[in-house]
Amino acid sequence: MIIKRRDFLAGSAAAVAIAGAPSIARGQGATIKIGEINSYSTQAAFLGPYRNGWNMALDEVNAAGGLNGRKLETVFRDDGGKPEDAVRHAGELVAAEKVDLLAGGFLSNIGLAIGGYAKQNKKLYVASEPLTDALVWAQGNRYTFRLRPSTYMQAAMLVEEAAKLPAMRWATVSPNYEYGQSAVKWFKELLSRKKPGVQFVSEQFPALGRIDAGATVQAVAAANPEAIFNVTFGADLTNFVRQGNTRGLFERRAVASMLTGEPEYMDPLKDETPENWIVTGYPWDQVNTPSHSKFRDDYRKKYNDYPRLGSVVGYDTVNAIINMLRKAGSTDTEKMVDAMEGLKFTSPFGPVEFRKIDHQATLGAFVGRTKVQGGKGIMVNWRYADGKDYLPSDAEVREMRPKDA
Amino acid sequence: MDFLLVQFLNGLASASSLFLVASGLSIIFGVSRIVNFAHGSFYMLGAYVAWTLTRGLDWVAFGHLGFWGGILIAAVVVGLLGVIVEILLLRRIYQAPELFQLLATFGVVLIVQDATLWIWGAQDLLGPRAPGMRGAIDIMGQRFPQYEMLLIVIGPAVLGLLWLLFHRTRWGTLVRAATLDREMVAALGVDQKLLFTSIFFLGSFLAALGGGLQLPREPVQLNMDLAIIADAFVVVVVGGMGSVGGAYLAALLIAELQAFMLFVPDFALFGVTVSISKMTLIPSFLVMAVVLVVRPYGLLGRPPSHARIAGAVEPVVRATPAELKWLGYAALALLVVLPFFVGDYGLIVATEILIMVLVAASLHFMMGPGGMASFGHAAYFGLGAYGAALMTKHLMAPMAVGLAAGPLLAGLFGILFGWFCVRLSGVYLAMLTLAFAQIVWSIAFQWVAMTGGDNGLLGIWPDSWATGKDVYYYLTLALCVAGVLVLRRMIYAPFGYALRAGRDSPLRAEAIGIDVVRVQWAAFTVAAVFAGLAGALFVYFKGSVFPTYASIPKSVDALMMVLMGGVQTITGPLIGAVVYMGLHEQLVRLTELWRLVLGASIIALVLAFPQGIAGFVVRLWLKGKAEDL
Amino acid sequence: MSVLAVQGLQKSFGGVQAVAGVSFAVEAGELLAMIGPNGAGKTTCFNMLMGQLRPDAGSVAFEGSDITGLAPRQVWRLGVGRTFQITATFASMTVSENVQMALLSHHRKLASFWAPATSLYADEAAALLQQVGMVDQRQRACGVLAYGDLKRVELAVALANQPRLLLMDEPTAGMAPRERVALMELTAKLTRDRGIAVLFTEHDMDVVFAQADRIIVLNRGRLIAQGTPAEVRADKGVQDVYLGSGSTFGGH
Repeated sequence: MIIKRRDFLAGSAAAVAIAGAPSIARGQGATIKIGEINSYSTQAAFLGPYRNGWNMALDEVNAAGGLNGRKLETVFRDDGGKPEDAVRHAGELVAAEKVDLLAGGFLSNIGLAIGGYAKQNKKLYVASEPLTDALVWAQGNRYTFRLRPSTYMQAAMLVEEAAKLPAMRWATVSPNYEYGQSAVKWFKELLSRKKPGVQFVSEQFPALGRIDAGATVQAVAAANPEAIFNVTFGADLTNFVRQGNTRGLFERRAVASMLTGEPEYMDPLKDETPENWIVTGYPWDQVNTPSHSKFRDDYRKKYNDYPRLGSVVGYDTVNAIINMLRKAGSTDTEKMVDAMEGLKFTSPFGPVEFRKIDHQATLGAFVGRTKVQGGKGIMVNWRYADGKDYLPSDAEVREMRPKDA
Repeated sequence: MDFLLVQFLNGLASASSLFLVASGLSIIFGVSRIVNFAHGSFYMLGAYVAWTLTRGLDWVAFGHLGFWGGILIAAVVVGLLGVIVEILLLRRIYQAPELFQLLATFGVVLIVQDATLWIWGAQDLLGPRAPGMRGAIDIMGQRFPQYEMLLIVIGPAVLGLLWLLFHRTRWGTLVRAATLDREMVAALGVDQKLLFTSIFFLGSFLAALGGGLQLPREPVQLNMDLAIIADAFVVVVVGGMGSVGGAYLAALLIAELQAFMLFVPDFALFGVTVSISKMTLIPSFLVMAVVLVVRPYGLLGRPPSHARIAGAVEPVVRATPAELKWLGYAALALLVVLPFFVGDYGLIVATEILIMVLVAASLHFMMGPGGMASFGHAAYFGLGAYGAALMTKHLMAPMAVGLAAGPLLAGLFGILFGWFCVRLSGVYLAMLTLAFAQIVWSIAFQWVAMTGGDNGLLGIWPDSWATGKDVYYYLTLALCVAGVLVLRRMIYAPFGYALRAGRDSPLRAEAIGIDVVRVQWAAFTVAAVFAGLAGALFVYFKGSVFPTYASIPKSVDALMMVLMGGVQTITGPLIGAVVYMGLHEQLVRLTELWRLVLGASIIALVLAFPQGIAGFVVRLWLKGKAEDL
Repeated sequence: MSVLAVQGLQKSFGGVQAVAGVSFAVEAGELLAMIGPNGAGKTTCFNMLMGQLRPDAGSVAFEGSDITGLAPRQVWRLGVGRTFQITATFASMTVSENVQMALLSHHRKLASFWAPATSLYADEAAALLQQVGMVDQRQRACGVLAYGDLKRVELAVALANQPRLLLMDEPTAGMAPRERVALMELTAKLTRDRGIAVLFTEHDMDVVFAQADRIIVLNRGRLIAQGTPAEVRADKGVQDVYLGSGSTFGGH
């Protein structure tokens, strides 16, 4: 299945139609506007399903008559992967489009840039995808909230499994930017805490999107580790897996791998998906809880496609905003922020709470093993890891978060 | 030992991949002198078309024939596409000023990006493995993929075939002659058009072949074009533009360096941990900087027979006509009253455009009167931004200090980098500026403790008196207008004349006592200072700074603004900045396909105004009255 | 003391001796022509005098001080003007501005970042252009001038730093015969008035014999004859060289 641009456009047609007539809507004084900023042109593969999930949630609430008779609408903006453009869009959405709150973000630095804008201009920002820990900790602020399980949480989920392995000599392979660096940092720290004596014998940091896979595999092999912690994804992951498979890097070695079980990253690997890796991800075809089954069926019906993790993130971002608005009963920023703190809502994955202490949601991820079945990769032996169990202690969080946040 | 041998082979395989792409670019530049930005797009298209032919159509059943045939047919198809681009677009603008064709090929890049997304979708596509080459061979107990072994052979094989083509055919002889002296070949009565078109076919064919051969190595995806283009340029320049052998040598050098640097352990330098093995993107640019300083025309390159590309003669710079002055006053008056008519968002856009106008004016200062094109102007913009941000972040300095520190830092680096750059000329100079810009970018990216890495520095807002959108707008207006006027004044002052003298005729300039290199060095620094001021203004405006401020796309933006407005007039770059930024801002909000529309707009502008927008207006305006055109 | 004194100048390129021990001198107010067939070493010799090339051996003295190996701009600063075989002017400037550039440089005003350049030394430039007969065209672009006019502009530029020595490499190359004589007459008049020493190379023997006070003859990098036009014309060796190379010689 390929997400074609035209499907993507068709899928968002509904939202565009609403957004296209803001003056009428505003005339009635009834709509609630969300300004959504994302890297649509540079991260198209991930953000297509995300936007589908987003629009599905939006259509659901509007079809049910909106919130107290007020419809919800979204104004989407493409930041082209540039934080400075994202800030301009934030300004435009707030000043010209008069949106009530901001949301979105895929790249970490864009999430941080919008978060900084939100703090300065006292606007609510619900970050959906950016993973950086800084967003809610080191750079956390009153106006910024984040839905997805962060780098720390994903690393902690893998550490739990990695600690059970006999391996003591580890190598890491990670894209050289903040996400990759943080993931390695937390993995090393948490694993060492759980299993004193583990050694990290090689740390490879290939450039993001530009891995020299053969050379990297060789450098890892030269250190002869017992296990490997992988953070690469997308094209880098495919290159790494192909070279690693051919060169036997993964034979008799355990691999723990961030995000690799997400359909966005696993599906392109097809029958070359490496087997028996420990991964975080989303086994969309196997999660049969009532809430997820309904979500999956609705999504398939609407888009004739299966949901990706991004679909859930998009869906849940709107979901959280709707619940927040119900709780706040107002679009006053301060009231919305108060409502976001400690907000509880139900995701297709289960119950989620936006923690008051750091504005991080407790949305979890699935941890399991990879397997090739029917010519494509799937997750097996998975379980849902609830995000609330993979966060540092409150004392540690207070230490990391600025006092004025 | 065995590891080292296999790592050497890894380097060889990567070198082959790099060489295939770079060779086509080098050949195209050698003959046509066109800096073809779209070369990466042809590489990407080669991979996509090959994917469709080998996997998308389920032709895998054809085995060897299907796979190799698919890659070859894809390369031919993309080669023909290159021919179409040459005939429809580039052929019309060969006479335009130097580097103007770059603008056109940038338009092609944008269009291809959206077209590719439209045709093949957003998701990464996994190409087939080469039939019969899924396995590995044993080298001293290490497994080495068969396909990599094949690549190692393909590189030198293509090099050999190209050598035969250039040395054993009449066409090849003509190409070599044209590389040395274009006018000479034209004088021999050779059909230059046909020669150029065929060169474009060959170049695009090689790019697409390079892309197709990546299928068994990496997934086909939408970022392939920009990922490869900078590397390909580096290889071409390091090898010597137009030298295919040089390109292979350079590819080998860079690929081996990248392979072996992974083994370098971290070490401490002045208390900062330096991790060479992490800096995989840097060696290529470092190699380029070193090579250009030592050998100004690359490893195997020769000085071009004509320093300047035959194009339009630089027009005379005359005193500003009264009409234009009044227009300027009117524009300024309009800008002063703007806050009374537009809302906050209008001011945000206006502030951003003003800052970009200063960037364009500063780049034009070195590019127009100085004749020094820069592919790395964002370095000074970024340095200005970081200079200001670091002051505020680490020293809690007030904004005024930051606004002074930014240009200062940019100027200091201008002095340092300029010293090396002004010793070169033309595209080589431009590429050296790019190398330095990448070094600045990597420092901003890697030195996390100081710069925050890619997460940047946040919370750099103006002092409390300037937080209002209108106040900051007026501050920006004052500083940017002052900056533009000072630059303009300098162009009309003896210094600006000396700069132009050095550009027009270095020989004559030296013969009347002008130290051309020093004058250019000073101009380089001036340009850096004003770009730095723009960067400092930008950082307080956005509230944050990221390595993207110093990245290649920002440099490209600056270049496009100057070229679009017209490098030969002083007002042109200002107009270019307004049009380019305005178009971008409007299109992004209007349509999903903004890259397609922006690319098409650029191409339309290029074809309509080969002298740039302002150049066109000047021509139109002078048509009746001037004898000097 | 001679204005220019050249002693034992040598230069070879990859084993080919382009200039092999040439010595001569130019006196104030004198027009010295350097002639010789193609490849005799005239241009190489010129480039060494002006600093574009560094000699392998020998010395160049200007007004008694050694200038061997100085950069062109340093040589110019000492008071040596020069014109090129192929005119070199600033195409993006007007005629007047071309001369003003030289004046600005002479008065060391190039590092000025503020005053508008067009208004500086405009009168002095006009005066110089008046003398070469180009004052009417001073507002035109150099890029559109006729070739003969460009040569006149170059002459004005060369005079701007009040030189005591003028080096002119083929000053009349590419011009119509009538223009050639006129240009050299003008040159002779201007330089004699000022007592400027002139060294020029020239192919056109009409020009040489009409204007030069003295002539030196180069062949294969060596000085083979020197003297007044009459002496050189009578020199057997010179005649052989020119007849041998097929050039016409002194056809009055």
